[in-house]
Amino acid sequence: MMMILGKPAPLLFGQLLLGIINGSFYAMLSLGLAIIFGLLNVINFAHGALFMVGAFVTWGLLHYLGIGYWPALVVAPVMVGAFGLLIERTLIRFTYKLDILYGLLLTFGLALVLEGLFTNGFGSSGVSYNGPDILSGTLDLGFMYLPVYRAFVVVAAIVICFAVWFTIEKTSLGALLRAATENPALVQSFGVNVPRLISLTFAGGVALAGLAGVLAAPLYSVNPGMGTSLINTVFAVVVIGGMGSIGGAILTGFGLGIIQGFTEVFYPAASSVVVFAVMAVVLLARPAGLFGRVA
Amino acid sequence: MFGFTRAQGIGFAVMLAVLVVAPFVAYPIFVMQVMCFALFAMGANLLTGYTGLLSLGQAAYFGMGGYIAGYALQTLHLTPEVGIALGGLVGAAIGVVFGWLSIRRQTIYFAMVTLALAQLVEFFAVQDTGFTGGENGIQGIPRGRLFGVFPVGHDLQFYWVVLAVFVIGFVFVHRVIHSPFGQVVKAIRENENRAISLGYRVEQYKWIVFILAAGLAGVAGAMKALVMGIATLTDVGNATSGIVVLMVLVGGIGTVYGPLIGAAIIIAMQYYLAGFSDWVTVIQGVIFIACVLAFRRGIIGELGAKLKLSL
Repeated sequence: MMMILGKPAPLLFGQLLLGIINGSFYAMLSLGLAIIFGLLNVINFAHGALFMVGAFVTWGLLHYLGIGYWPALVVAPVMVGAFGLLIERTLIRFTYKLDILYGLLLTFGLALVLEGLFTNGFGSSGVSYNGPDILSGTLDLGFMYLPVYRAFVVVAAIVICFAVWFTIEKTSLGALLRAATENPALVQSFGVNVPRLISLTFAGGVALAGLAGVLAAPLYSVNPGMGTSLINTVFAVVVIGGMGSIGGAILTGFGLGIIQGFTEVFYPAASSVVVFAVMAVVLLARPAGLFGRVA
Repeated sequence: MFGFTRAQGIGFAVMLAVLVVAPFVAYPIFVMQVMCFALFAMGANLLTGYTGLLSLGQAAYFGMGGYIAGYALQTLHLTPEVGIALGGLVGAAIGVVFGWLSIRRQTIYFAMVTLALAQLVEFFAVQDTGFTGGENGIQGIPRGRLFGVFPVGHDLQFYWVVLAVFVIGFVFVHRVIHSPFGQVVKAIRENENRAISLGYRVEQYKWIVFILAAGLAGVAGAMKALVMGIATLTDVGNATSGIVVLMVLVGGIGTVYGPLIGAAIIIAMQYYLAGFSDWVTVIQGVIFIACVLAFRRGIIGELGAKLKLSL
């Protein structure tokens, strides 16, 4: 058996892959948080709950309507995004003029409601969802066995992150978004409907959480608590990376996933806390975060 | 005395009278639990209401206080007052480290840092190290004898211990809020840059408030563990951190009596709605949303505004 740094190669690469998968979800979720925060100045504490809703919608589409994975990849994010639009218009927009902490408290309450409702409906152990057959099975790469679905998740996450980065940094829509983040009053005076832009941005950020939920559905057990446990780590990722840049959020997400994967190989006991340890070090050395502007 | 205004003095007398009569009218365990959570919420309110720092990780200190008290009484056979004091000390000691880290960031980042650090404590508590008992927690914690002499096993005996600690804590918090230190802290809340330009070391003030809040949470957690006889993962978990914020919000952010009223309402709700299990979470979430949208001053805040008093 091939050995690397005194560890068997399949173990090392297997954990590295798990780390990259975790990193994929950190990146996709912190990306949505950063986009929403940039324009709305609201930190969406319901992001994890909406990720969970995305996974349940995926399951529900198959279970109740017989709609499979591939259509769900589009339908579920659209549904979660539409739901996001609804809560932005009916609840969140009333917090824009208030202290920034009220938006946090409101979305925190929203997360409790969603989690409570799904626990009532499906129990805390949740349901299981099987991915499409074509993505089942494993590839033998020689140095390790690669489950096809996991490879698909990593590729999908990279594509999604790149698409979002490209949209925001390189297109005219993205330029509009960035301008509205800098100075909403000025952008509005140029005739842009900024409130609508804000609503759609929230819907878009939330749809991204929904999409991450679809990708997660075949991978993890679909349960009401799946979002909360993930989002707490994502918040640490956000503190480490700062929310100033889209590219920073993506890099930090993947980077921390990989660090976590390596910790699992070399010192398993610390793997669940390594992200928080990194956060502590970053807070000491660079309080504004690695890519953050001073806030 | 202690800087009470007339209205606050009357409030204090009413509160004392109610709490002295309460155990004979209501279920003593319930009233004791309210007092524990009120103390917990008063600490959180020092941070959120008076310093403008929203912590979402207060359960870490509350839960660890409970574990320490449980360990002290069950394994080390110490007396209850020592257990409660140790709970406060350990809570404050964790607060020293976590506060040192978290005050480097503000507003939402501060909230996320406190949440993440609390997650760390929860990870520790889940491990069955023989100290926290993992999933089972510490069960069947004895209350021992107060000062090694007076029996407090009976609920009506222990009630007076809890009442005494609560009243001391209440007067202490009141004193902190209305001291020169408290005035500086409120100035930081209103305008941090101005406070810095006036020459105040803002970080140190925040840090001290953070440690006070953590210490109060530790005392409250220790006392709750002795009241209920158990210390569990629930007390150290995120839900408890959320509940204490909710108590402060419902009672009135930045009011002296708000946390007590908020604690009474939320604990009462948990008792009466216990049969609906998971719906309690939904209802708590709805209250959060309702408070933010329509009721930001909370019960005592609204009352104070109506009567034009600072309560």
